[in-house]
Amino acid sequence: MNQTTLQKYETVIGLEVHLQLNTRTKIFCGCANVFGKDANTQTCPVCLGLPGTLPVLNRKALEYAVKIALALNCKVNTFVKFDRKNYYYPDLPKGYQISQYDKPIAHDGHVLVTMADGTVKKIGVKRAHLEEDAGKLIHDERANASLVDYNRTGTPLMEIVSDPDLRSPLEAYEYLQALKLTLQYLDVSDCDMEKGSLRCDANISTRELGNNQLGTKAEVKNLNSFKAVRAALEFEEKRQRDVLASGGRIVQETRLWDEAKAITAPMRSKEEAHDYRYFPEPDLVPFVIEEGAIAAVRGAIPELPRQKLERFIKEYGLCEYDGNIIVADPDIAAFFEACAGIYRDTKKICNWLNGPLLQELNARKTGLKDIRITPEDLVAIIRKVDENVLSNLAAKDTLKFVLESGKSVETVVQEKGLAQVSDSGALEGIVEEVIRANGNVVQQIRDGKESAVGFLVGQAMRRTQGKANPKMIGEIIKKQLSVQ
Amino acid sequence: MNINQLTAHEILGLIETKKASPREVHDSVLRQIQATDKEVHAYVRVHDAAVGAGEAGAPPVPIPVAIKDNICVTGVETTCCSRILKGFKPPYDATVIRKLKKSGAVFVGTTNMDEFAFGSSTENSCYGPTRNPWDRSRVPGGSSGGSAAAVAGHEAIWALGSDTGGSIRQPAAFCGVVGLKPTYGRVSRYGLIAFASSLDQIGPITKDVTDAALLLGIIAGYDDYDSTSADVPVPDYTKALVNDVKGLKIGIPKEYFVEGIDPQVKQAVAAAIDVLKKCGAAFEEVSLPHTEYAIATYYIVATAEASSNLARYDGVRYGLRRQPKEERKSPLIDMYEETRDAGFGNEAKRRIMLGTYSLSSGYYDDYYLKGLKVRTLIKQDFDNVFRKCDAILTPTAPTTAFKIGEKADDPLSMYLSDVYTISANLSGIPAISVPCGFSQEGLPIGLQILAKPFAEETLFRIGYTYEQNTPWHKKRVSL
Repeated sequence: MNQTTLQKYETVIGLEVHLQLNTRTKIFCGCANVFGKDANTQTCPVCLGLPGTLPVLNRKALEYAVKIALALNCKVNTFVKFDRKNYYYPDLPKGYQISQYDKPIAHDGHVLVTMADGTVKKIGVKRAHLEEDAGKLIHDERANASLVDYNRTGTPLMEIVSDPDLRSPLEAYEYLQALKLTLQYLDVSDCDMEKGSLRCDANISTRELGNNQLGTKAEVKNLNSFKAVRAALEFEEKRQRDVLASGGRIVQETRLWDEAKAITAPMRSKEEAHDYRYFPEPDLVPFVIEEGAIAAVRGAIPELPRQKLERFIKEYGLCEYDGNIIVADPDIAAFFEACAGIYRDTKKICNWLNGPLLQELNARKTGLKDIRITPEDLVAIIRKVDENVLSNLAAKDTLKFVLESGKSVETVVQEKGLAQVSDSGALEGIVEEVIRANGNVVQQIRDGKESAVGFLVGQAMRRTQGKANPKMIGEIIKKQLSVQ
Repeated sequence: MNINQLTAHEILGLIETKKASPREVHDSVLRQIQATDKEVHAYVRVHDAAVGAGEAGAPPVPIPVAIKDNICVTGVETTCCSRILKGFKPPYDATVIRKLKKSGAVFVGTTNMDEFAFGSSTENSCYGPTRNPWDRSRVPGGSSGGSAAAVAGHEAIWALGSDTGGSIRQPAAFCGVVGLKPTYGRVSRYGLIAFASSLDQIGPITKDVTDAALLLGIIAGYDDYDSTSADVPVPDYTKALVNDVKGLKIGIPKEYFVEGIDPQVKQAVAAAIDVLKKCGAAFEEVSLPHTEYAIATYYIVATAEASSNLARYDGVRYGLRRQPKEERKSPLIDMYEETRDAGFGNEAKRRIMLGTYSLSSGYYDDYYLKGLKVRTLIKQDFDNVFRKCDAILTPTAPTTAFKIGEKADDPLSMYLSDVYTISANLSGIPAISVPCGFSQEGLPIGLQILAKPFAEETLFRIGYTYEQNTPWHKKRVSL
């Protein structure tokens, strides 16, 4: 594709996100809402849709839905009504899904997203509604049979539909990240795409720049990670542009992302236009949520990432870059704030959090919640560096040992002998040895190659097993050389 | 008179004075079943051992009860008289069953019905028709025909039916017994296999009004498992059983006494009005202007809900499953089609198609949505009348019991037999049918009384007063 074709077209993307809510029980029965149990052990007559059973709405699921609605700046439909979406599939035990059709709990909201270029874009949330999840089909190769696991049936789901406001796969990716972060702050879902607690379908179309009408869209499914969303959309964007550039037309269809082949392909079968025959669910009486109840939910919404970022920049003088990394994990943000309460240099805290600490977390594949370190511990480490008790290197080791053992910083430093050797008498002796052993380097320095000092410092550090203060060693080296 | 011909309140008196034992009562019912049910065919299943009897700590109301085949009892095959549910044994009790078990009731067996309650004659059953105990060449009405025939034929003391458009009241009228459709929400629907969720109600079928009050008192009440049940206290209904209607104002809807009504039915209802007038009730003609749209509205709303409610019978999890020998579309679609084709009877298929049609895109607004709007108008008709009247009095059915097979090939004329009963379901109000005489052929005629929501006590008061001043409820089928 040449440059002019690229400039000629505009991509339009809207995302549909299905979010499993982490309520204790399912949406219409008392079964535990848990993941990873043996097949068909988390079921009851109600979620199995046995004849004669009736759904009863889990009020907690409704509360979570309202929470999401408010956090996404949506208008809340206080008239709560459910509808039946009728279709046949073995994972749907009643032959219909209880959903919301014409009165979604939330509508007309937005998410503010910082895009890769630093601009902030407002992405519309068209609607969000509450519904029940279906079961899971498992194909048994040996028996050549399809099996159904109904554990997932009746898990509360929030479907969040964006407006077609996204203009590139990267924007879609950023929106999804921002949405996920907001939902994580609300603590209403695991938001884990791999476990399926957050699922995403994408609608993508292409139009000529300057044209305000939407082109024919393709719906892309089977997106099992954030990366897949972006990759599939990038593939689809190019495919649609190629089709249009060569004079073809886009067909409205559902396409599946094939991760292995890295392509989207039309979904076979099931292609007949569905008529879901929505009608009001007669087993659930519509009701009105009191304003007071909504106000109570509003009051319980924590500070959201965007607000937190703005506050951190203002209150702690963080730069946008540091701030974004810190608020990207609510636990880290809380940790940061606790540190900032007892230590003034927030830049140093950021450097430690965004550097060594995140590296340790990534290496261990855990979150902050699962490891044993307190804000006091981290600040104690930073202070020891300030006071020249620990070298930077030793400080990182200290962090590692604290994480491993759960012991206090003081204990770790003592037990491991990590404190710096600041006794200048001892250091002078070491420096003398180093100078003696590296006559040629000393010559280089005398010849004017100042940078070679670093080599001698390194040698001295090695002899002290990293415990020396490198600055002090440098000074001693210079002193001894000038004396000679 | 055999003990099984008595009412429950009479039997409870005998048990209290040790003149009869619960065992004797149960045995007399079982003997009757053995003697006559081969012909009447009220039951599709009779329990060998008493189900539900003797729950510990229960206040003893050890009355033998017959249960319609659409109310779930733990471990008892419950099929809605449909092939598609053959073998289905619910692992749970309907709320009404739980309450009856607590009361000490004894479950005699499961009664016949039109498949999924689709019908007014109990001919649409996969087990074959039930016969009317008063004339075995005639239908018992439907869809709770088995329950009504069991009570009329002394094969049960009480029975539970379900009423979506008249399915308790019309068979009660045809069989000369009392049948009550409670206010929508008065009795929990949990465990009632749904026909049309917004219309279905479980209710009592008994020999007299006193028994209906007793049984409703047991089964009524709010249920956490049914969001559509009403959180309204259950009064002591027996307190409403007074022989006094003075000061009550009763409306007679002019739209209900037009063409199509059997003159003998009309005459019997006129006589009943005279009786109640003499007892001090005031009557006045009222209008329910949207009556003529009731049947059309009902068949749109009810079939739409039914088409969705019956979607779960797909052969995947329970009941019938069929796979064609040769693949046609895909193994899954073939299984669905073959199973549902083999499992559902003609009337069920007809209603699934009607309902699917009216919910389909392009037709929804003209049919289903319009149906909902007219339903609101029908409800408003009743609201208006109940602003000035305490009750409304009508025939239960336009005719007496018709011959088996007479309307089997004419669904429309079958639908019309529910003309007087359907509106109570559409508007959610309670209605009772009490015996009010016999035709020249000796067939029972039913009188319907309707009241405002949760005014079952008004129904009991009027019905009881009527009984105290007429002999009809004492007439028994001679066996």
